[in-house]
Amino acid sequence: MRTAVKNSRATKANRTSGANRAARALRMPGGFSLRLDVRAVTVVVLLLAAALAASVVLIGTGDFPIPPGDVLKTLVGNGTPGQDFIVNELRLPRVLVGLLVGASLGLGGALFQSISRNPLGSPDVLGLGQGATAGALVVIVLLSGDATEVTLGALVGGLLTGLAIYLLSWKQGVHGYRLVLVGIGVSAVVTAVNGYLLTKSDIVDAARAVVWMTGSLDGRDWEQVWPLLALCAVLVPLVLANARGLRMTEMGDDVANALGVRVERVRLLLMVAAVLLTATATAAAGPVSFVALTAPQLARRLTRSPGPNLVPSLCMGATLLVTADWASQRAFGAEQLPVGVVTGVLGGVYLLWLLVTERRAGRI
Amino acid sequence: MSATVTGGPSHAADGPGNATGPSHVTGEPSAPTGGPNNPRSTVNRLSAENVTLAYDQRVIAEQLSVEIPDNSFTVIVGPNACGKSTLLRALSRMLKPSEGRVLLDGQVIQSMPAKKVARTLGLLPQSSIAPDGITVADLVGRGRYPHQGLLRQWSAEDERVVQESMAQTGVAELAERYVDELSGGQRQRVWIAMALAQQTPLLLLDEPTTYLDIQHQIDVLDLCAQLHEEQGRTLVAVLHDLNHAARYATHLIALRGGRVIAQGTPGEVVTAALVEEVFGLRCQVIDDPETGTPLVVPAARRARTEAKAAAPR
Repeated sequence: MRTAVKNSRATKANRTSGANRAARALRMPGGFSLRLDVRAVTVVVLLLAAALAASVVLIGTGDFPIPPGDVLKTLVGNGTPGQDFIVNELRLPRVLVGLLVGASLGLGGALFQSISRNPLGSPDVLGLGQGATAGALVVIVLLSGDATEVTLGALVGGLLTGLAIYLLSWKQGVHGYRLVLVGIGVSAVVTAVNGYLLTKSDIVDAARAVVWMTGSLDGRDWEQVWPLLALCAVLVPLVLANARGLRMTEMGDDVANALGVRVERVRLLLMVAAVLLTATATAAAGPVSFVALTAPQLARRLTRSPGPNLVPSLCMGATLLVTADWASQRAFGAEQLPVGVVTGVLGGVYLLWLLVTERRAGRI
Repeated sequence: MSATVTGGPSHAADGPGNATGPSHVTGEPSAPTGGPNNPRSTVNRLSAENVTLAYDQRVIAEQLSVEIPDNSFTVIVGPNACGKSTLLRALSRMLKPSEGRVLLDGQVIQSMPAKKVARTLGLLPQSSIAPDGITVADLVGRGRYPHQGLLRQWSAEDERVVQESMAQTGVAELAERYVDELSGGQRQRVWIAMALAQQTPLLLLDEPTTYLDIQHQIDVLDLCAQLHEEQGRTLVAVLHDLNHAARYATHLIALRGGRVIAQGTPGEVVTAALVEEVFGLRCQVIDDPETGTPLVVPAARRARTEAKAAAPR
């Protein structure tokens, strides 16, 4: 199965070769050096191109279709006033929210899966989505709040759930299985609370709540874009700066400690970042299911590289969400679906496939 | 870069003989001779002073003091649950003593920057996980972490050291193989290569021979002896097998119930009386026909049961 590429030992010192991968070292004067996995870089570039292409197509999609060429022209400011309004005011913010939410969920999922060393350790399964839903439901059902308040409620709910999971699974550090099990427990409790809140609500609130709970990008405008963009601008560099430490913890806490990684500190920092990313994304678009679970796994299978694959997961999340949003608008004819339905169906199928193959490989 | 790196085969000159000033326990361990390259020749680089070691409430050792002689191959032995792995964890700052302190180069180890410690002291723990789909060269390369930074992620020096570490441990031909395809013995060599790539003058190994068959046990121990003799590294290992310990160690520390019962050269420590005291096993100690080091031969079952019947405690 694996084709071992025989690279002669005489290869230059700046090139190490994996069994079927190649890494290149970039070195510049002044001591700056970097090692890049060629395959991972290719995957990232292709995913970015796909996300961009899907975005352009998505912007052109709707009751008033615009060809991709015109979309690009309008984006750089050369469209007709009508196109300008539709593209830049109505559809661009929605696509940007989709990209940012997908990226946040992909990155948050990759972080959680790496910290818990378990593909099931993603925010969907751990109950962060349910926690955010609980926050939103409290605002909708008990306080009858407006959209902004619902967003805030979801954010608070997600953060509190994240905190609860961290504290409950703390015992001289947070560990994989404990984190997953505690998360599943918390998720069950919060789901029960959500069910209770729904039964208490009147029919109008319940309908509003259910739409929110499915996850949708309908009617998103620039007001949702800015906070997401600001948060990503802060958190993504912070996370990437700590990615190397996270990579070391894959080998076990003792090995990472021995290599000089402050394991608990890195883990706490990255968990807080992951909770913030997931909670904000959920607050902006509702609990879009399964993106956080699938994006890192798909990215990993494409790059075939060990490690948390943070950047590929981020790109994969953005691509997945925008593509799913396009599918939800187009694939089912005139009837539009909330994007969460599509990601749920895709993610569910993927999860089953994952379980079947893992079982075949004898791992579960 | 690190100025602390010793090593390089040229230091080999005086071999294992320079290692220790043996001291039989009773009282203060007299300060053994320092390494030839160490300016502070009266103080050893790594020591534990009156440490109390506990997991949660369970106390493993109290008021334990240990010095690791510089340039020695120190082996810690003792019965199960005597605290030998715990001591190693404390020496490698995986476990913080609830009292007392562990000193590395005269500083409390917990107070030092983590990466600085990692450039001085390496650890090969028992619990290590090879990530899915990682190649040998990649895994060994991760040992370079303490020498790298955000802007300096993969220097030519990193590349060179990784090649060198793989060559020293005999895994260079496996560089492009996946770690999970390797045999147990090969895998242990790869982990040792990763620890070597850290380029630490001190290297701690927690039961490096566990789960290996006899041939690979000897193989790993030979490799350790070679690292000690040819590169002048200070090695500290926890070993289960007393005969292996006696054959390879230059300095032995025998623990029982969290206390040091004896320490010194194998010839001084491994005696029939001490083995009985530490392990509760009647035995003969003879000269190893291959190396002349002590060889423990447990007494026959009948002799032991008769002795027990004759002198019940």
